Amino acid sequence: MQSVQFSAKFEYLDEIREFVGDIARAGGFGNKDVYNIQLAADEAASNIIEHAYEGVSNGVLELSCEVRNDIITIIMVDHGESFDPSAIPLPDLKADLSDRKIGGLGIFLMRKLMDEVHYETKSNRSNVLTMTKRKR
Amino acid sequence: MEITVQEFKHCDLIAIKGRVDSSTAPQLAQALETANENGKYKLVVDMAGLEYMSSAGFRAMLAAQRNSKKYNRGEVVLANVPVRIREALELAGFTELFKSFDDTLAAVGHF
Repeated sequence: MQSVQFSAKFEYLDEIREFVGDIARAGGFGNKDVYNIQLAADEAASNIIEHAYEGVSNGVLELSCEVRNDIITIIMVDHGESFDPSAIPLPDLKADLSDRKIGGLGIFLMRKLMDEVHYETKSNRSNVLTMTKRKR
Repeated sequence: MEITVQEFKHCDLIAIKGRVDSSTAPQLAQALETANENGKYKLVVDMAGLEYMSSAGFRAMLAAQRNSKKYNRGEVVLANVPVRIREALELAGFTELFKSFDDTLAAVGHF
């Protein structure tokens, strides 16, 4: 498992996508999967920066990633407010333009793009988000 | 990310290059808002040079579409949408909200 720490700021999203993209590609994932894995990681990190660390300027995001047995695992740990993605209602994708909700889209994409999204709040005030996807 | 705006007789062409994420989406939102504030509601977003767009970019586009379509004064249409971005837009249920054209000429000609 390769790990790296990022300052929880939007300007590091490029590097976050690059980190998981390189590991996915080296692990044999194709272009479409690599793009989707990067998108899921971006959405997850954006949510942590925006919600878990809302109003916090020195938050840290720990990112770990590996490909093993044809499965990519991405783990993101933060020490901000607990924010359970599975508690967010899914957006209504059939809603008219005027009724279309702006929120929840990132989480919806994470769940659609990855096979599994798991969220856990540990007692030592850390939130652990784990996402996996199998190579097809 | 880089945005260029070109004014045509019947619409504005807004070309996005590079990557749109939570860091750069505010710039895109600003460009679309500025067009609206200048009374331009018929907008073509040219995605030929777009490499990546997250839901932050989708949200900026949704806000622009809502504002542009108000009072039937216009709409935002897309041109040259790269395949990966089209797939993500489809997944998000956005393809029904935006007309999409295979080339810039057809998109501009729509207005």
